[in-house]
Amino acid sequence: MKHRTFLWFILPTLSAMILFIALPIVSVFIQSLHVGHEQVIVVSESCGPFGCTPTTSIDLEATAKLQDEQPLGKFNGLSTYTNRSHLAFQELAEAWRTTQTFGEFWDQVFNLPFYRALIFTLTYTAVVTPMVIALGLAIAVGVNNLPKFLKGPSIFISLLPFLVTPLVGSLILYWMVDADGVIGATLQNIFDDPSLSLKASTALTWVMLIVYGVWHMLPFSFITFYAGLQTVPEDTMEAAQIDGASKWQSLIHVIVPHLAPLMSFVTLMMLMDNFRVFEPIVSFSAEAHATSLSWIIFNDLRESGNPLYGSAGATSILTVIGVVILLTPVLIRTWRDFNRKAH
Amino acid sequence: MATKAQNRITPLTIISFALVAIWLIIAAFPFLWTLWGSFKVQSDFFSKADWRNAFYGINTIKETGSAFTGAGYHGAWVQEEFWRNVLNTGIVVFFTVVISLTFGTLGGYALARSGFRYAFWILMAALVFRAMPHITLVSGYMLPFFEWNIWGLLPTTIIVLVAINQPFTLWMLHSFFLNIPKDMDESAMVDGCTRFQAFRHVIIPVMWPGVVTTGLFSFLLAYNDFAVTSMLLSAENETMVPAIASFLGTTQVQGNVMFAVAAVVSATAPLFILILFFQRQIVSGLTAGAVKG
Repeated sequence: MKHRTFLWFILPTLSAMILFIALPIVSVFIQSLHVGHEQVIVVSESCGPFGCTPTTSIDLEATAKLQDEQPLGKFNGLSTYTNRSHLAFQELAEAWRTTQTFGEFWDQVFNLPFYRALIFTLTYTAVVTPMVIALGLAIAVGVNNLPKFLKGPSIFISLLPFLVTPLVGSLILYWMVDADGVIGATLQNIFDDPSLSLKASTALTWVMLIVYGVWHMLPFSFITFYAGLQTVPEDTMEAAQIDGASKWQSLIHVIVPHLAPLMSFVTLMMLMDNFRVFEPIVSFSAEAHATSLSWIIFNDLRESGNPLYGSAGATSILTVIGVVILLTPVLIRTWRDFNRKAH
Repeated sequence: MATKAQNRITPLTIISFALVAIWLIIAAFPFLWTLWGSFKVQSDFFSKADWRNAFYGINTIKETGSAFTGAGYHGAWVQEEFWRNVLNTGIVVFFTVVISLTFGTLGGYALARSGFRYAFWILMAALVFRAMPHITLVSGYMLPFFEWNIWGLLPTTIIVLVAINQPFTLWMLHSFFLNIPKDMDESAMVDGCTRFQAFRHVIIPVMWPGVVTTGLFSFLLAYNDFAVTSMLLSAENETMVPAIASFLGTTQVQGNVMFAVAAVVSATAPLFILILFFQRQIVSGLTAGAVKG
């Protein structure tokens, strides 16, 4: 295709992506270098019968004017990145110096908002991804062995948790595990502990969020592996059987290697989607026990009346860096593949 | 041909069937439960005493005289005017899908037919963009949109959703167009068509299966989005998902959780119908990227 024609064809999509994906990243970066204006304070003396006292008040007019002139706020350099709500170098060093054991240090780190969110996001990604892949494979093998008339309905049911709106899906689960919901109340009855609540403990909240993550993402790996199973060469399976392989052995030595390329694809998609975990934290109102990177950005922007653009921007840039690090292996591999094809 | 040895019931088969059965129950039960419970009163659906109340509707009978009540739906749709949000979702989703597909087919076709290195780089950039958490982009929109006074409007949200949708749409349609033989449009060009005429008369008639599949996923992205719609729409332009989220804040105070339950069921119903009719296309779309590598 000629360069010129290519340009015309690609123009709409490319301009949409540049304007609304690439430029916002630049804009986020600029925002992150600024910090909101402080309110203009005027000190005035108010004199009464008992003498004069200085009172401070906010000069609303001057504050609004300043805001109008420089909507970005004032230049702050990289300080937002290093402050307590983000990378918190000072607090980290302090914690390292003052704590004796690694556990204590860890506790202190866990109290810093950015690290708290990062730790949860990474844990969530690292736990949900392998679980989804293993269970998805197991269920795909199971469904593949089902009688034909059951396969369609099984796939239909399995698609529901994946395609349902994440906010809605997590709400549905949340209502069930709520203290008055069907699972929550039943657990209380079983353990005979009316104060038992899945929401009250950090560990249980994490477990709940991870269970939701597996429930929501499992269908994707299941469907992908199920499609892959349809392409397993029959000859190889037969050969394995003739050689005396049991079902388990042929699963491990024939099917799994056949599905290996699919696994890397599923892993990639899982990493991308799990890293942005966000909606379940809103639905479960889990922010007291678990926050994610996406959630703290959302929280900064939501600050009513006075969104913290600088802080949200800094977290966003750090998140983007995280995504790029996560994707590097894939990008390098694709680049090598492309070069191999080209030569 | 299945032999006896293959069909023999081993512990492994039993375990794998049991696993499938458990999964199907876990997948379906929450939906059935919420659908059933949405026709009950709150003291039944959230029953501390006995979960069977939600099943039989003891309190629902006491309060309303019948085992099923539409009070939650009435409250959500009429009292809280959920229909406005449904209408907004309809507008946003329709335009997002149409515009995304128009942009995406043109771009995907060009990428599939261009062998130059920059096509590869555009696809790689799209992959990185696909991985960006949406909320990071949203934090870049807010300030400029406020400055230009276009915050809160439906068209703004539509164009943002279109852009966020592009990386995925491009990848999907690119791999779809790769499967349409090059000879088709090239022979049309030999016969004197321009590139665009070849696209118009040869490619467009055969591209619909791929476009429908991609469209389903664009629909899902726009329909399911919370990060963009909750931050970029003003209260009167809210779509369904942020409306449900804001229901939670207001209704829990008033003790009308059932409004939110009814709204949740209403928002899930279209997805249910979508899967019912397009199951095959959704499955093929999910696996398209994977199988081709």
